Amino acid sequence: MARVLLFGRLADQAGWRDRSVEARDLSALRAALADEDAGLGEALAAPGVQVAVDKVLVRGEAALAASAEVAFLPPMSGG
Amino acid sequence: MKIALTDLPFEPGALVTAFCADRSETGAVATFVGLARAEQGAAAALELEAYPGFTDAAIAEIAAKAVARFHLQDVQVVHRIGRIAPGEAIVFVATAAGHRREAFEACDFLMDYLKSRAPFWKKEHGSDGVRWIEPTDRDRTDAQRWD
Repeated sequence: MARVLLFGRLADQAGWRDRSVEARDLSALRAALADEDAGLGEALAAPGVQVAVDKVLVRGEAALAASAEVAFLPPMSGG
Repeated sequence: MKIALTDLPFEPGALVTAFCADRSETGAVATFVGLARAEQGAAAALELEAYPGFTDAAIAEIAAKAVARFHLQDVQVVHRIGRIAPGEAIVFVATAAGHRREAFEACDFLMDYLKSRAPFWKKEHGSDGVRWIEPTDRDRTDAQRWD
């Protein structure tokens, strides 16, 4: 199970910020999330939303280890 | 080098005193303290969200760049997260160098990064509800000065 974290407006939109999802790679994870909440699936794929796997930014596809932590990061605001 | 995220209010003066202690080869310490503005009552509170382990690592990376670029002897960044009331300190940056120019410039460089590119998500709680804030054009052009 991958642990999925949402930040900023993505967490507000989804109504959750931390949950576990069964997925072998990022595209399966995106599909699982979109299947349940199409609006969220669209928001996660929007330009400017970055993805970090185990706290490292990734572009495109990535395999997910059983205990992977996947974070969806909307545009950063600075402090 | 010390980088910290905290959800508790901090006292900037105490941080300056501690940062300046026991330095025999430091000629200059520059500090910056950012405070939360009330915006004439429009902003009842700010809420800053970070990704612990990711946000502090990103700040540490840019602090290491500042050390190399401005020949710093030391640097400290303390950043509030969570809910912040107007008048409270949001961020503290201190830089130590042999001479003042490097200390000033490194402090400016770090603040431009922190205000525009650091991985935080900022929400303003105001009289007309809640809104997510993104960097202003000014924040972006300030940061581009160092590219």
